[in-house]
Amino acid sequence: MIVRKLLLSDRGSQLFFAVLLATTVLVPLLNAVVPDGSMLHLPNYSVALIGKYMTYALMAISVDLIWGYCGILSLGHTAFFALGGYAMGMYLMRQIGTRGVYGDPVLPDFMVFLNWKELPWFWQGMDHFGFAMLMVVVAPGLLAWLFGWFAFRSRVTGVYLSIITQALTYALLLAFFRNEMGFGGNNGLTDFKDLLGFDLQAQHTRIGLFLATAIALALSYAACRYIIGSRLGRVVEAVRDAESRTRFIGYKVENVKLWLWTFSAVIAGVAGALYVPQVGIINPGEFAPINSIEVVVWVAVGGRGTLYGAALGALLVNYAKTYFTAALPEVWLYALGALFVGVTLFLPQGIVGLITKLARNRTTS
Amino acid sequence: MIGGRFLGQNRRSAAPRLDLSHNIILYLEGISVSFDGFKALNDLNLYIEAGELRCIIGPNGAGKTTMMDVITGKTRPDTGSAWFGQTVDLLSLSEPEIATAGIGRKFQKPTIFPNHTTFENLELAMAGDKAVWKVLFARISSEQADRIDSVLRTIGLSDKRNVLAGSLSHGQKQWLEIGMLLMQSPELLLVDEPVAGMTPQETERTAELLVSLSGTHSVVVVEHDMAFVRSIARTVTVLHQGSVLAEGSMDQVQNDPKVIEVYLGD
Repeated sequence: MIVRKLLLSDRGSQLFFAVLLATTVLVPLLNAVVPDGSMLHLPNYSVALIGKYMTYALMAISVDLIWGYCGILSLGHTAFFALGGYAMGMYLMRQIGTRGVYGDPVLPDFMVFLNWKELPWFWQGMDHFGFAMLMVVVAPGLLAWLFGWFAFRSRVTGVYLSIITQALTYALLLAFFRNEMGFGGNNGLTDFKDLLGFDLQAQHTRIGLFLATAIALALSYAACRYIIGSRLGRVVEAVRDAESRTRFIGYKVENVKLWLWTFSAVIAGVAGALYVPQVGIINPGEFAPINSIEVVVWVAVGGRGTLYGAALGALLVNYAKTYFTAALPEVWLYALGALFVGVTLFLPQGIVGLITKLARNRTTS
Repeated sequence: MIGGRFLGQNRRSAAPRLDLSHNIILYLEGISVSFDGFKALNDLNLYIEAGELRCIIGPNGAGKTTMMDVITGKTRPDTGSAWFGQTVDLLSLSEPEIATAGIGRKFQKPTIFPNHTTFENLELAMAGDKAVWKVLFARISSEQADRIDSVLRTIGLSDKRNVLAGSLSHGQKQWLEIGMLLMQSPELLLVDEPVAGMTPQETERTAELLVSLSGTHSVVVVEHDMAFVRSIARTVTVLHQGSVLAEGSMDQVQNDPKVIEVYLGD
């Protein structure tokens, strides 16, 4: 019943699920079943690349949920992405064991290098997959909850909130750069070997991670769609459009925001956790404010307040980025800036808005 | 006693039962508010009876809107006390708690949710548990839908049920906002300049609407339009420089020399 309602809710979501399903079926087939020499064969690195794009789409959905629907412009959302990524990275580091350069059974290489004698308290338990996955959700969720509790209670909104989110991610960037923090300093965490005993370089592991990402994307999308379609979703949009009115009809606006914000941060954390094993590294650069701004650009380009638009924007902009940074590396940042300005000026509803407008014009004329 | 409360017809769950034993629904006593030295309210005393329709007039800067802000929890007074019935201390509650306790407020500028339909606007305002988890899984019962439709009839917007509220005319938005107040099932309605910018016909319909609401609700109207006030008011309170200058019927007030001086200048 709920599934049917979700699938039939709107054209864009139907399309989203159709494309996601097709990708989920085709990518493993073309990679594993089609033989190596064939034109249609998909190399292993492409599987990881598409998987990476899907974690970006997940990230974009998380930002769209709070920006497009609740009007909270977060310029620091990759802080949550990176925290989820670090939690996964810590698990993967602990799996290396004696295969590290220094061969220490417990301490990761960088700790041996720093002459540390024992594991810091926050690394305890991270060798258990279940506990590490719990941290993927808890670390970003807890930070978001604390941040939101203070920010929303003191009624910080608009540009001020955006600036504080940026300060948050920048502070984390600086902190994670420090060796004493115990997260590998500016090198971050890398040289991962295996996950749950599966070799990360192996084809079937790559496909497994890809499928896990696809499932996470589908479930998160469905959850966001359910929230937006519920009365809570209408309250969330009411907060965006007329915050004090919402308060005067009896809603605790700060609770609504806090709840949605934390949920969004958890999705971002999951995206980060799926990103790290497919990319093979997590370092403090992921906290850089520019990354968060890029996510906002994806959502703006795709069309905010639609969810599927955010996913579309993430794919298109990242495809362009992959192309530009290979062909014309020095142009990419200018292209990104121009894209944002162009979309803001000419396509306030993004590509999705343009398409719906064109479709409407065709039916009326 | 407690059982009676749960079994009673009044199903506003979160709100404590309003104690109207002295027939006074709102007490404002000795309220003073100052902004950077400017006294917006100065030892204001005001009592509203249950079921009364009260009009509040006064020149610009008399403190009318600040008074509404104090009652609804938006502004905290420097001194004074504000009680809703005998038992609810308004100064200890937040805006949503005051709304849930039974005070609804209509703003000067119509504030509705423009990207929701008229029906959804009323649905959001509906009295009930407004905690996040309850709202996430809330479903409209057929009784609730009937209630929304009956309010739509009261405010004359039945044919606009599924129209986006942002596309309504100015007057219709004002009515929708009054409708949203009604959905909250408040005991006390605070209405700030309901007829500003309305056509004479719309003004007349608004007057009828407000008069029909009094009796079952207490209604406090702040308004500049004297003809409108004359058409609905039984008791008028004149505010001036943050305190009550005069109170009585429209005729008494209009013939009060202090009021004439304030309005016509010396």
